[in-house]
Amino acid sequence: MDEETSGVVKKFLYVNRKAPYGTIYALESLEVVLIAAAFDQDVSLAFLDDGVYQIVKGQHTKGIDVKNFSPTYRALEGYDIEKLYVEKESMEARGLTEDDFLVDVKVLSAAEMADLMETQDVVLSF
Amino acid sequence: MKFGILVNEGPYTHQASDTAYQFAKAALEKGHKIHRVFFYHDGVNNSTRLTEPPQDDRNIVQRWQKLAADHKVDLVVCVAAALRRGIKEENLAEGFRISGLGQLIESGIQADRLVTFGD
Repeated sequence: MDEETSGVVKKFLYVNRKAPYGTIYALESLEVVLIAAAFDQDVSLAFLDDGVYQIVKGQHTKGIDVKNFSPTYRALEGYDIEKLYVEKESMEARGLTEDDFLVDVKVLSAAEMADLMETQDVVLSF
Repeated sequence: MKFGILVNEGPYTHQASDTAYQFAKAALEKGHKIHRVFFYHDGVNNSTRLTEPPQDDRNIVQRWQKLAADHKVDLVVCVAAALRRGIKEENLAEGFRISGLGQLIESGIQADRLVTFGD
């Protein structure tokens, strides 16, 4: 890290909007988050729309011959990434509850999610 | 203002790369600085020198190259995303460089605004 980045701590929010399989966005976004952890920034993750499926328990991907990368979300805690948010409307529209997720999350309404985004320095949406 | 740009979609299939380019060009014309364009997901396909569009179409790869040469814009291609999609040094267009995702995070830290173009 060069001088220009050392010591600067910004609020990074990673917005996950897509289903875990079907496209590569969710997997490659998670790769960004894992790299970001090394930069000592203030990291949060938000799950919206079909993105809420990324952290649903009991994913089985053998049938589509794609790696099930959902256990990696559990490992985020070890990288000091503990601020995970789920949009209430997206969760409920899909018949999900907090108990369906494989990590601890904070459920926010769409309006609260907007407030959260407002407080961020960098919002990366995948 | 200092901008970082993230391009998440490939050329021609998707509008993202065109819009990112138009945004960068307009920002530079207004006197802003584009310190880096980071290519991720299928966006890495913007960097292959094997691209040969029909003659009556825009050449997206060359457009990025010219922008970089004229304004000293750092064009960075994610190594992991590139290798997945068959982009290597041997077919990388001049003016682009392959590096890690850390360059994207660094761009977010250094730029006043990081603007994403994609779906």
